[in-house]
Amino acid sequence: MEALTIDTLKKTYSNGFEALKGVSFAIEQGDFFALLGPNGAGKSTTIGIVASLVNKTSGSIKVFGYDLDTQKNLVKQCIGLVPQEFNFNVFEKVENIILQQAGYYGIEYSLAKERAEKYLKKLELWDKRMEAGRNLSGGMKRRLMIARAMVHEPKLLVLDEPTAGVDVEIRHSMWEFIKEINEKGTTIILTTHYLEEVEALCKNVAIIDQGKILTNTSLKNLLRMLDRQTFVMDLQSKVAHIPKMDQAELTLVDPTTVELTVPKDMVLNDIFSQLSDQNIKVLSMRSKSNRLETLFLDLVHQGKSS
Amino acid sequence: MNFKNKLTALDTIVKKEVRRFLRIWLQTIVPPVITMSLYFIIFGNLIGRQIGAISGFSYMQFIVPGLIMMSVITNSYMNVCSSFFSTKFQKSVEELLVSPTPNAIIILGYCVGGIVRGLLVGFVVVLVSLFFTKLHIHNLFYLVSFAVLTATVFSLGGLTNAIFAKKFDDISIIPTFVITPLTYLGGVFYSIDQLPAVWQIVSKLNPILYMINGFRFGFLGITDVNLMMSILILIFFIVSLFVINLSLLRRGSGLRT
Repeated sequence: MEALTIDTLKKTYSNGFEALKGVSFAIEQGDFFALLGPNGAGKSTTIGIVASLVNKTSGSIKVFGYDLDTQKNLVKQCIGLVPQEFNFNVFEKVENIILQQAGYYGIEYSLAKERAEKYLKKLELWDKRMEAGRNLSGGMKRRLMIARAMVHEPKLLVLDEPTAGVDVEIRHSMWEFIKEINEKGTTIILTTHYLEEVEALCKNVAIIDQGKILTNTSLKNLLRMLDRQTFVMDLQSKVAHIPKMDQAELTLVDPTTVELTVPKDMVLNDIFSQLSDQNIKVLSMRSKSNRLETLFLDLVHQGKSS
Repeated sequence: MNFKNKLTALDTIVKKEVRRFLRIWLQTIVPPVITMSLYFIIFGNLIGRQIGAISGFSYMQFIVPGLIMMSVITNSYMNVCSSFFSTKFQKSVEELLVSPTPNAIIILGYCVGGIVRGLLVGFVVVLVSLFFTKLHIHNLFYLVSFAVLTATVFSLGGLTNAIFAKKFDDISIIPTFVITPLTYLGGVFYSIDQLPAVWQIVSKLNPILYMINGFRFGFLGITDVNLMMSILILIFFIVSLFVINLSLLRRGSGLRT
């Protein structure tokens, strides 16, 4: 069954800006789906429409078979939203924020209390439950919004840049939590600017730019599209210039650092042999950029130039 | 959502609203009580002694119901208006918009919050007025009915204002330029019988006159207007404002882009 089906979705804002120009894609139940795109591409507008925060201009949306136009309340029951911006009452206590959200979904107080405890503990916020929202750190506020979105145990969780501004340790613990709920059956849509997050978590990816879907495929297929990779090599001793090689592009960054760009399927032994012949010794080597990041930039540039 | 779920959602909004104004009682309960006490001292005691009786009651007794109603009107309006606008400003209104809580329940929840504050402040003003004059109740049904209906009208009006408001200034324009003048000219301090005929007719176009007179009848048993017509006017406003709010929420005016 499809968790989300978006068909020819269009959105034109009152100032005439066309944010979505006929977006269509579908997400299978249980998927961990990434919606990627540069700033202003249409990601948050798409999510806003799905979550009933933005009015669409045309097109249709179905969530677990329920139509957003005719069965809005059933759609809302299925969705949990973690928005990009903090959108809770900062003067309210952490636990009350969760309990109120549960109340808006018609969940009885005793069950809401139980779930608030469960998710606040899982997201390491239980000790802060009596604090006002404004006293939390940025990372805690993000986790609070995840706990709030989970209180009615939605079948589809929409995460709009959930780890923005969160330190590495907390980001990884949030990944673990999100992975766990996905493994338990919750379908997840993620937008993020951290592409390593997508590589670590997602099964399928769509890239959107200027209101159009550029590609929609599995992460594996997407990475297969990558035709070159760049490495940074640290040299044992200083060199004044670097030799030219067929198929490989070598750039001297500083006297002991070289950047190497090669086709993805190229055997690297030849490169090392040629470097050895020139008496250049490589101490260490690492990938320069995230593979998906390179591909993402390529696709967005192609989309813009076409 | 079934009926029970809807009741839970309503209960959540009402408790949130009541907790909010009780938490900031120094801003919500105390100031109107101080203002009304000053009215009692200045208009009732000092100036009132020189005015004499109106319809057989001392001036202080005459103005007390009007001043109580003035507190009810201002507080029920401002409670909903400022609270709902704050949720828009902080974007926490999105918590409600993404949830399956029906729009009618959202309106009802905020409205009950406004009614509770309006009536609570009104009750405290009644207690304060007992330091200045004796109050007796002529008709409890009219007294309670007019208080509740008036608080409902202004709670709904406050919500309409908050839905349209884009900045903080927008929530003070209607109270300053519409509600306050209409309240002062709605017979709080005088009986319209004392006005020239033309101004009596003009005064009868002011809906607040009917609210104050109906409430005053509950205390003193005197009125310048027909009570049943007053109740019908209040019901008309309640139904109209409820339908307007429902339509605004359904369209997402001021809430969804």
